[in-house]
Amino acid sequence: MGYVLNRLIQGLTVIAAMAGLVFVGVYAIGNPVDMLISPEADQAEIDATIARLGLDKPLLEQFLNFVSGVLHGDFGTSFIYNEPAVRLILDRFPATLELAVSAVLIAILVGIPLGVIAGLIPDKPAGRSIMAVSILGFSLPTFWVGMMLIMIFSVWLGWLPSTGRGETVELFGIPVSFLTASGLKHLLLPAINLALFKTSLVIRLARAGTREVVGQDYIKFARAKGLPESRVILVHLLKNMMIPVVTVLGLEFGSVVAFAVVTETVFAWPGMGRLLISSIVQLDRPVIVAYLMLTVLLFVIVNFVVDLLYALLDPRVRRKGA
Amino acid sequence: MQHGLIATTALVTGLLVAAPASAADLKIGLAAEPSALDPHYHNLIPNNSMFTHLFDSLVEQDANQHLIPGLASSWKAIDPLTWEFKLRKDAAFHDGTPFTAKDAVFSLCRVPKVPNSPSAFTIYMKAVAAVETPDDHTLILKTATPYPMLPTDMSTLGILPAKSGKVAGPIVFKKTGCEGIEAYPSTEDINAGKVPGTGPFVFKEFVKGDRIVFTRNPNFWGAKSAWDTVTFKPIPADGPRVAALLAGDVDFIENPPSQDLPKLRKDAKLRVVDGLSNRTIYVALDSADAPTPGIKLPKNPLHDARVRKALSLAIDRKAIRAKIMGGQSEPAGQIISTGLYGYNPALKPDSFDPKGAKKLLAEAGYPNGFEIVLGSPNDRYMNDEKIAQAIAQYWTRAGVKTRVDATTKSVFFSRRGKREFSAYLAGWGAGTGEASSPLKSLVACRKPEIGYGTTNYTNYCNPKLDATLTEALATIDDKKREGLLQQALAEAQSDTGIVPIHYEKTPWAMKKSLTYTPRVDQYTVAMEVKPAK
Amino acid sequence: MSATASPSPVAVETPLHRLARKFAANRVALGGLIVFAAIALVAIAAPLAAPQNPYDLASLDIMDGSLEPGTPNADGRPYLLGTDEQGRDMLSAILYGLRISIGVGVGSTVLALSIGLAMGLFAAYSGGWRDTLVMRLVDLQLGFPPILIALILLAILGRGVDKVIIALVAVQWAYYARTVRGSALVERRKEYIEAARCLALPYTRIVFGHLMPNCLPPLIVVATMQVAHAIALEATLSFLGVGVPVTEPSLGMLIANGFDFMMSGKYWVSFFPGITLLVTVVSINLVGDHLRDILNPRLQK
Repeated sequence: MGYVLNRLIQGLTVIAAMAGLVFVGVYAIGNPVDMLISPEADQAEIDATIARLGLDKPLLEQFLNFVSGVLHGDFGTSFIYNEPAVRLILDRFPATLELAVSAVLIAILVGIPLGVIAGLIPDKPAGRSIMAVSILGFSLPTFWVGMMLIMIFSVWLGWLPSTGRGETVELFGIPVSFLTASGLKHLLLPAINLALFKTSLVIRLARAGTREVVGQDYIKFARAKGLPESRVILVHLLKNMMIPVVTVLGLEFGSVVAFAVVTETVFAWPGMGRLLISSIVQLDRPVIVAYLMLTVLLFVIVNFVVDLLYALLDPRVRRKGA
Repeated sequence: MQHGLIATTALVTGLLVAAPASAADLKIGLAAEPSALDPHYHNLIPNNSMFTHLFDSLVEQDANQHLIPGLASSWKAIDPLTWEFKLRKDAAFHDGTPFTAKDAVFSLCRVPKVPNSPSAFTIYMKAVAAVETPDDHTLILKTATPYPMLPTDMSTLGILPAKSGKVAGPIVFKKTGCEGIEAYPSTEDINAGKVPGTGPFVFKEFVKGDRIVFTRNPNFWGAKSAWDTVTFKPIPADGPRVAALLAGDVDFIENPPSQDLPKLRKDAKLRVVDGLSNRTIYVALDSADAPTPGIKLPKNPLHDARVRKALSLAIDRKAIRAKIMGGQSEPAGQIISTGLYGYNPALKPDSFDPKGAKKLLAEAGYPNGFEIVLGSPNDRYMNDEKIAQAIAQYWTRAGVKTRVDATTKSVFFSRRGKREFSAYLAGWGAGTGEASSPLKSLVACRKPEIGYGTTNYTNYCNPKLDATLTEALATIDDKKREGLLQQALAEAQSDTGIVPIHYEKTPWAMKKSLTYTPRVDQYTVAMEVKPAK
Repeated sequence: MSATASPSPVAVETPLHRLARKFAANRVALGGLIVFAAIALVAIAAPLAAPQNPYDLASLDIMDGSLEPGTPNADGRPYLLGTDEQGRDMLSAILYGLRISIGVGVGSTVLALSIGLAMGLFAAYSGGWRDTLVMRLVDLQLGFPPILIALILLAILGRGVDKVIIALVAVQWAYYARTVRGSALVERRKEYIEAARCLALPYTRIVFGHLMPNCLPPLIVVATMQVAHAIALEATLSFLGVGVPVTEPSLGMLIANGFDFMMSGKYWVSFFPGITLLVTVVSINLVGDHLRDILNPRLQK
């Protein structure tokens, strides 16, 4: 119990510290009124707008207002859209989530088989080519690849649509696009684009895992027992190699969501990454702050849960942490 | 396929049939997404062009920004302080409610009452002192002082139905807040399509960040649209927007980047249309009689009008047009575009004269020039930061060593507001379509309390210009007012109070089967997209 | 796998020597190193090698803008890779851009490595609450996607090479701190450190003289990969509009600029910088990849 409390306090401290940092940081970026207001507006109108947005108050007061709002579940209202910032973000969250999950699935489905092959035959041309491709995947900037994909598959071949999300249908009240033909077509290119980097990562992890596992005694034993090679690979090898791959991908999921910023910009995908970029460009402070605070919150919660699970599984941690 | 069919139909029937029998859909790729459909919420080009699909104004602006009848079929000044608007009798809202003077008053009352508006339309209601409705189809507006711009101001305000608010009893217009109205529709209600307009299109769907869908209003009082459904898709990145057109995902795009135009023009499947806009790109120079931040000299050389003239002469506007703008500009000699109201035909663009520039600099006491920083946004105007770099080249060659400080628009506008630039490149779109708009904001002495010099960050102040402008703004007679505006424009150039570079030519690209009437105000509206003959 | 292992290492060989010898055995990796060295050399020598100084506005002429590769200039010498719309020679722009990209990549990595090394050693050696504090900070930092942190930092700081370096250091140092602490914890328990302690050697000497050199090899791998990563990240940030200033373009900025020309048929504006970036990053990754293979002891059986 003491341990849980301890971690809880740590988490809250992090949230409080980050709230201060994020707020002060974001409020150091430019003057939103210069961006928002019509350049023909007279002084009275400018003053009215400043007052409307609450920017006439001292920074500390603005911060305290923000904090008391957050405690009531209100992260502020967008300057541009006049809607609660959290709702703006959550409205766009399903689109980003769908893109990120698709990308991770592609990374697993493509990366693991290739990685296993590269691990089994590391010195043959096929194995080397796979590694060469994975290095390319690591090295190419995502935005450049995205544009190339559009050029090739949309403009030249005309197979897939270049931008947007396509039709959506509701699944448990959440709009998703992968259930419609048009949605799936729209999803493919951006998902591949976002998957590229992680696919390279999975190939590497799978290859390294395979090489390690292959050297282990139980695989040698299984082979010696005369089990068919396919069974050795499918059951013994995959089972043991998947753990690190899945762990890393789980940890990297946040970065996939964040990197969607680039893909969403190139493919005009209506996700929250693009919202963040346009909010930065237009100085929509409440949205930027809310986006970052939600990220912090998510991070703290995930860590808290992970810590708890570890503590449940391993009593030594509990003692150490207390 | 569909559009080929439309084109054929149109060809056969010689455009006698405005709406083809088959479903005609139009998909438009936008460079910027509107933040709302509420016509009174955010005074910004993407918003203003979008709401005109749903909502009409009393007065409308045609493609050349000339005033034409909207919900008011005619208007006139009965005396210098009283304007009478005769309202259309055949207009109805999308739900069938007929449009009357009550709706107009209700809408005017709402303008200052939009909560959290980031950029309100209140400035266009400032002149209105009183409103009267002698009958259902007459609207009388009174002003405190003679105000010729009233019809123009009315062309910016969309009309909502009185029914959309909570009206208790007769509406009485009060400058401080109208009586008889308990509640106005919220911006959210309008975004959700709950408030009908009288416009040529009916709301269908608004998915933020993804699409806006309208359908044709079959009962529209004016020319009915050729399109059953119009879908707007925001694609802010230039390359992907062009790619979407090439791939056929959209039929029409706004603002294709100028460097792609030569290729798009050559494409047999596409059509590129362009037209002069009301936007002037200019360089502003700090003329303060005090040290200025971008020049490390004890005295500000830009205070000397000769230096300002020299910097203008040093720029080759034709080369910028050819090499940077791909022809999408017209060299400028004043701050209002060619042909707009108030344009002064006597003011020619400064021609490229590097020798003259050096001579003037020497006369002013700077034979070896000086160092200067030129500020510029890099994502606001067509090729903004590229133009700034070209200007820096020319100035450097004339002896004024120039460094370009180009930043994203949010940073640029904030820093400009803090007066960090001694010289900066920016643009001005004359939203009203006439010369008083740039004169008042850019070169009038800075008096923000009366709306003068609101974007004058250069300490430029020419009392003669201000006097002429003030007189013009109180002259109801159109001919006389135009002469005064021309005089004020000449005054601004007489001591190079501002350095005009060029007027933007706005391009639109579309499938060959479509045409577009270019709009001076740079609006992209589905009403102007028509099947090609 | 084990059959290919080289004869047992000689006892007197230092870890770094051993590393170098093993590294040279792989031709692909060696090739990568040579290519990168050549690129770095050209980048350093850019002011001498480039036909034009692309930052000197007086030497540019927009009348020479958007010329195809091979078009001769006023002096009759061809623009080998064409020009951009400002009349900037692309070859010169690439050479100078390379300089900035590599400068940003290497500079931020070295800085981040130094900070990370100091923090990691400090944490591992002092232990206790100091260790916890540093590691909590590292966890916090690593919990956030680098691109998000860099994006926000740069939105606040504004454009500039120095600012990009600050942002990249901010997102990288934690990797090093964690890696260093890991290996330092292992090394700390070894006899030679115990011995040094028993000799009552000063704290700094134990840490920097003994602990640090033995923590370096894994760090080198991380650092190599991070240089490549930093260069690519800088390109992405410039693409998103928050990177280096437009007047002093890095490779990434050149590609992003060329992005505008993608559909115009003026391929050379972004194609050549793209290829240069690709070759640079791939060569670094080849080196790093191989280093990782040799340093992973479990693959050495």
